[in-house]
Amino acid sequence: MSNIIRIGNGQGFWGDSIDAPVRLAKDGPLDYLTLDYLAEVTLSIMQRQKLKNPNTGYARDFLDLVERILPEISDKGVKVITNAGGVNPQSCRSELIQLAKNSGKEIKIGVIQGDDIFPTLAELRKKGVSFENMDTGADFDSIMDKVYSANVYINSSTISEALDKGAQIVLAGRVSDPGLALGPCIYEFGWKDQDYDLLAAGTLAGHITECGAQCTGGNYSRWQDVPNLADVGYPIIEMQPSGEFYITKHENSGGLISRETIGEQVLYEMGDPNHYISPDVCVDFTSFNINDLGGNKVSISNVAGLPPTDSYKVSISYFAGYKASGQLTVSGPNAYEKAQLTAEIIWKRLKNTGVTFEDTSTEYLGLSSCHGEINAFPSQINEVVLRLGVKDSDKNKVNRFGKELAPVITSGPPGITGFSGGRPKAQEIIAYWPALIPKALVHTSVDVV
Amino acid sequence: MKITLHQIAHARSGDKGAHSNVGLMFTSQELYEWAKINISTSVIKQHFKSIAKGEILRYEMDNLLALNFILGDSLGGGGSESLINDAQGKTHGQALLLMEVDLPDNLSQFVSSK
Repeated sequence: MSNIIRIGNGQGFWGDSIDAPVRLAKDGPLDYLTLDYLAEVTLSIMQRQKLKNPNTGYARDFLDLVERILPEISDKGVKVITNAGGVNPQSCRSELIQLAKNSGKEIKIGVIQGDDIFPTLAELRKKGVSFENMDTGADFDSIMDKVYSANVYINSSTISEALDKGAQIVLAGRVSDPGLALGPCIYEFGWKDQDYDLLAAGTLAGHITECGAQCTGGNYSRWQDVPNLADVGYPIIEMQPSGEFYITKHENSGGLISRETIGEQVLYEMGDPNHYISPDVCVDFTSFNINDLGGNKVSISNVAGLPPTDSYKVSISYFAGYKASGQLTVSGPNAYEKAQLTAEIIWKRLKNTGVTFEDTSTEYLGLSSCHGEINAFPSQINEVVLRLGVKDSDKNKVNRFGKELAPVITSGPPGITGFSGGRPKAQEIIAYWPALIPKALVHTSVDVV
Repeated sequence: MKITLHQIAHARSGDKGAHSNVGLMFTSQELYEWAKINISTSVIKQHFKSIAKGEILRYEMDNLLALNFILGDSLGGGGSESLINDAQGKTHGQALLLMEVDLPDNLSQFVSSK
C-alpha cells in the first residue's frame, strides 16, 4: 500500500486549458492525472455525433493531449483517469492504441461501460422506472420522444477495478466528477464500500479539485492577492491512507492555495452541505477541519461520511426548441435612451411582420444586467451593449429574429456599432432532465486491453 | 460602521438547476458569529429581490465559517433554456458582496480596506 498519492486535475470542464494537464504531468511529481470533459449536455452532442458516425462520440481533445504526454504515461508511470470516453469509449480506446503504436509505445487502457442507458430507456420504463424530473417532479412522458441522451452517474469502484486490471488510462463515460479522484484512492489504499469516512474524504478532495484552477486562485474574491494568474498552477491532491489529505500545486507555478481559496471552492455548487450525495457515499461538508499550512498547502482532516442512497442519478438531455441572441453597442449622448429605442424598434418590426416568440429577453450590458436593482443607476452612461434574445419551437421564427438586428444600424438612432460575426442563427436548445434509477437496475462492466 | 460585505467576506456562486447557490465565507470567527445572527434569509431575500423569484434557503457551516444560500428561481429558467446573460449565476456571489451592512464598531479590526 502506498503512503501518499498525488492526484492532479488538469481539466475542469470541456473547453478548459489545453496546456494545464501537460504542465501537471511534466512540471513535477504526479501519480494520477484526472480530466473532466463532460458538462451536463456534452453527452447529448456526443450521442448525436455517434448516430451520424459510429466511430465518434467521445472527446477528441483527449487524443491530442495523450499525444503530448505519452512519455509521461508510458515511461514515468503517470496514470490518467478521465470521462473523455463519452458515449463511445471503445472507439476512443482504439484511436489511443493506434496513436501510441505510431510512437512505438504500448499502453494498457481500461474502458468502463454501463452508464449509457439511452438504448434501454424503453425497457427500463417497462420495469417501472419513472424517470420523473427530480427537481420539478414533472412527468417523463412530456419529453420521452425528444430525448438525446441518458447517462447514469455510476460509482467509482469501477475506476479502481480498471486500475487493478493494469490500466494506465481509464476511459469512462458518466462517472461522478469527484469520483475521478476517488477511484485511484480506492485502488491504492484498498478502501471498502463501507469505509464511509474515507470515501467521503476522497469525494471532498475530488470536489475541491474538479473545477481545476477555481481552487488555486481563479475566480477568487480577493483577486488582488493572487500572484501570477497568467501562469496559474492546477490543483494536486496528496492523499494519505487515513483519508487526511493536502491540496497543493507544483512549485514555481502561479496562483494561490490558502484556507480561503480552498474554502470558496468547497462552497461551489453546494446544496445542503450536511448531505452531499454522490454515487459512492453521502458526504457531510460541515464535518471536516481545514488547516492552512502556508506555502500554498492546505490540509483537510476528519471528513465524515454516511451510507449512500439506493439510487443513482441519471443525466438526461432532450431537445427543447431553438434560441438565438445578438448584441449591438450603442454609444454617444443619451446612450441608454437610444438603446431602449433600438430595442423597441426591433421588437416592433418583428411584431409587424407577424413574428412573436415563446420567450424574449432584453438586457443592457454595462447597466447592472447581472445584478439588477442591487446597483444604483449610474448618472453618466457613455455607452451600453444591447443584448436581445428569443426562444421558440419554430426555427424559422428564431432565424427571422437574427435578420432584424443589422438593419437598425442605418435605420435607427445614431451611434450604433459592434454588430459583428454575422446574423445570429437559431441554436438548438438541449435541456437537462435529472432523474433517479435504482442501483440494482444498472449493470457496469470494466475491461482492460 | 457602514461597510460592504466584500470587506469582510468571500463568496462563490454557481447554478443548481433553475436555482443558484451562493456560499459566503467570513475571514474570522467573530465576523462569522455576527453574520449567523444578522445575515438571515429575509436579508438575502430583500437584497436579491430583483434576481431571485423563489424561496431562499440558508445553511450554516461552522467548520468553514460560512453560510450557504440557495436563491430559488434566479436564473431565468436555468441552464441552456435561459436567455439571460448570466444563466448560471456565476456573478451572484459578487452581487452578494455588494451588500451594505452595519457592522458593530468592535469588529472594525476585521474589516479590509480593499
